[in-house]
Amino acid sequence: MTTEHAPAGLIGASIRRVEDPVLVTGRGCYVDDVQLPGMLHMAFLRSPYPHAKIKSIDTSAAKAIPGVVSVVTGNDLSDRLMVAIAPMVPGMKIPPHPLLARGAVHAAGTPVAAVVAESRAVALDAANAVEVEYDPLPAVVNAEKALEPGAPLAREELDSNICYIATKKGGDVDRAFAEADHVVRMHIASPRLVAMAIEPRGIVAKPEPAGDLTIWLSTQSPHRVRADLANSIGFPEHRIRVIAPDVGGGFGSKGPLYQEYALAAHLALRLGRPIKWVATRSEDFVTTNQGRDQAMTSELALKRDGTMLGLKVRVVANLGAYLQSNTAGPPQRMMAMAPGCYQIRNCHVEVVAVFTNTVSTGPYRGAGRPESVLNIERLVDKAARDLGIDRLEIRRKNFIRPEQFPYRTGVGVEYDSGDYEKSLAEALRLSDYEKMLRYRDEARTRGELVGIGLSTFVEPSGGAGFESGTVRVERTGEITVLTGSSSHGQGHETVFAQLVAEKMRLSMDHVAIRHGDTIAVQQGVGTFGSRSAVMGGGALALAVERVIEKARRIAANLVEAAPEDVVQTDGGFAVAGVPEKKITWRQIAAAAYGRRVPGIEPGLQETVFFDPGREAWGFGTHVALVRIDRETGTPTLEKLVLVDDCGVILNPMIVEGQVHGGVAQGLGEAFREQMLYGEQGEVLTGSLMSYAVPRASDMPPLILGETVTPNPFHPLGVKGIGEAGCNGAPPAVANAVMDALAPLGIDHIDMPYTAPKLWKAIRDAEAKQGKSKN
Amino acid sequence: MSTAEQASWAVPITLTVNGIKHQAIVEPRTLLVYFLRESLGLTGTHVGCDTSQCGACTIHLNGRAVKSCTVLAVQANGAEITTIEGLARGNALHPLQEGFREKHGAQCGYCTPGMIMSAAYLLSTNPNPTEEEIRRALDGNLCRCTGYVNIIEAVKWAAERLKAKRQD
Repeated sequence: MTTEHAPAGLIGASIRRVEDPVLVTGRGCYVDDVQLPGMLHMAFLRSPYPHAKIKSIDTSAAKAIPGVVSVVTGNDLSDRLMVAIAPMVPGMKIPPHPLLARGAVHAAGTPVAAVVAESRAVALDAANAVEVEYDPLPAVVNAEKALEPGAPLAREELDSNICYIATKKGGDVDRAFAEADHVVRMHIASPRLVAMAIEPRGIVAKPEPAGDLTIWLSTQSPHRVRADLANSIGFPEHRIRVIAPDVGGGFGSKGPLYQEYALAAHLALRLGRPIKWVATRSEDFVTTNQGRDQAMTSELALKRDGTMLGLKVRVVANLGAYLQSNTAGPPQRMMAMAPGCYQIRNCHVEVVAVFTNTVSTGPYRGAGRPESVLNIERLVDKAARDLGIDRLEIRRKNFIRPEQFPYRTGVGVEYDSGDYEKSLAEALRLSDYEKMLRYRDEARTRGELVGIGLSTFVEPSGGAGFESGTVRVERTGEITVLTGSSSHGQGHETVFAQLVAEKMRLSMDHVAIRHGDTIAVQQGVGTFGSRSAVMGGGALALAVERVIEKARRIAANLVEAAPEDVVQTDGGFAVAGVPEKKITWRQIAAAAYGRRVPGIEPGLQETVFFDPGREAWGFGTHVALVRIDRETGTPTLEKLVLVDDCGVILNPMIVEGQVHGGVAQGLGEAFREQMLYGEQGEVLTGSLMSYAVPRASDMPPLILGETVTPNPFHPLGVKGIGEAGCNGAPPAVANAVMDALAPLGIDHIDMPYTAPKLWKAIRDAEAKQGKSKN
Repeated sequence: MSTAEQASWAVPITLTVNGIKHQAIVEPRTLLVYFLRESLGLTGTHVGCDTSQCGACTIHLNGRAVKSCTVLAVQANGAEITTIEGLARGNALHPLQEGFREKHGAQCGYCTPGMIMSAAYLLSTNPNPTEEEIRRALDGNLCRCTGYVNIIEAVKWAAERLKAKRQD
């Protein structure tokens, strides 16, 4: 316990979480735990068809059920009620996103009718009693097929399935390819994934007597959602209070304003009663933003010695049928880091973002990063194999070197700092690489399929927009901290308290962190994109410095000394060289609020809107050892080494927890998870019965390591870590699987590496080699 | 069948939850998890799926870990139930609750109550589980935040603590 109260040495210590006593005793408050007097429940009838015209809707049976308060369809709503989408990419097409289907549905799961009733059960009964006649239309689910001539239009309002085309380029790509000795060409598709926060999405919307609106929402971004809600339902932003209570995971999927939220708010105002809606898991599978589903067609141009000259990538990104506010984001992220950690001066990256009759995609842990790392790391391994160069050598030869930072890449993005060689060396050391090579080679002599793979990668974090932080010394000298970084499991109440307490030389119990309430916290952004330590932490680091400087002037006045002679000491300030002349935070607060201090504005609170103007580029090296059972195709991950660099570490325990979680999701992608649709767009993996999330016995032992390269452009020296695990691990596994299958002459297989998929690839390859044992 | 008809079929039940006896009248279709959450206000038991996979709703029914989304409230008539709220003894956390904090076994906390209840059942039947046994025992509880690494560590920590307590 003592370490938790020591005022010094908090930053960088594995402090146990402030949040946990509540959560481990079941006393958290998630949205579904909010119960209000007179609260109604909402439920939806959703389309089973991926694409259809609505011929008729009959709500009479639903309306006749006792306890039903209201049944609404798209025709009952003003056509101004739409999910408001700002164009994230200039010129992108934004087809209508009504709160309930109007005339047609474009994805299975589209809400067609909503029921509001006195109980959850009655609402569900009545929703199922709504009768809808559909006229099915041809559907398209695969983004590359959606670009073929004659493909069905996913959105019949548009003249093509393309939402936008964007490019990033630098250097002279044509010349680079003309001068190349060798060009590697690959087609790599990332699977479509479900975020699967264990808490499904949900909302409680409550109209207040004075005309305000209070919203409890399972969200990562309360302030942004508030503005989007205001724009979507035409209600003034300043009269909306959004509270993000405890939020049961998000992983990017709980960023945007979803249509159910806008409808709940609208109907609560219309009916004058609170409304709750919490998604069932089945609804969550067909309504919540999914991730990945980008297909890359890439070419890497090299000299014979492995020097990388140029990179061309064409990304076909599947956006789904309806845009959410952040749907256009992940492909942009993919482009911006296409060259990875390599010096490739000549780049041409193009994204074609495509509508299909599927669930919207959007940021899911990684949000374009895993696609990008997978692409470049597979290309590099293939290049090494083609050219007969060791995979370590080809990486080392092309790494951006430490002395080259800040480094502007071939796609025009500046990386702040890095030491990729050091990261690689540490990963090789931890993985006992030479021994692993011998292990693999011996296994190969016995005909066993064993492979080693690695990925060396960058993880951009923070950067986008701003974040806010307020540090307020209350009248009694206790500290209230307000942060726009609204947490959903990342431990902000612990880490930010460590930071502020250490800077103020107080114990952590004097510092309370408040977040997730738009009337308590000034404007803010939220928690996503590995941004909280960088953005929220940066805002607080600056705010606390300003508070300390003002407090120093107050203290100086109280002791009648010059401010430059007043220094910080445990619990307050003292005159330099006269430690007994001490002024506590309590005394300073009393002066700040109680008596006039000449020349100093009353109060002791500082707010910073922090914008570092650049992203923080973390990096790492992950190494995987995979064995594949030749008879069954079953893959086993025998070793996984993860060396990450997130700059200065604020709480190692929490950083490790982030890596663990990211890796688990990454291994889900690598081995198990994929959202599947049938040819006609029917949902094949719409529940946890068929969508395979990793379980406790699926996780291999992990070996974690670190390097620390402080961020030179950040007041704390930090970089993000939240997505490192799912960025680096899947490509390392992919390279290991392909290394294991190399003796069979297999070039590439897309994730996930399920046993049936590998079994078939092995059988096909053996048949080709004429060595089939059968 | 209309809701009114169902309501007329309402069934009286008596059950003991966290040591307190309750009498209630429930619709036959009421799931135990919703009875606990909405009728008794014990919201620490969570709902994370609708197919009995996630385990967020795990409680103890007559000493056994069950998924309370897969039990009807009427089936719990006469039962002794423990939920996450009943695991601590006064202010003294159960060693598993301590362990989850010591070893950072919780992130968002949503799966945590169910995870702890499953682990508590494991330790009640197998006080010295191997890591493999812990992993198998928790296979019915999904966590998306922690990768299970620190959950396993938390259970190991709690098993050690319980062992030490027994030896005291």
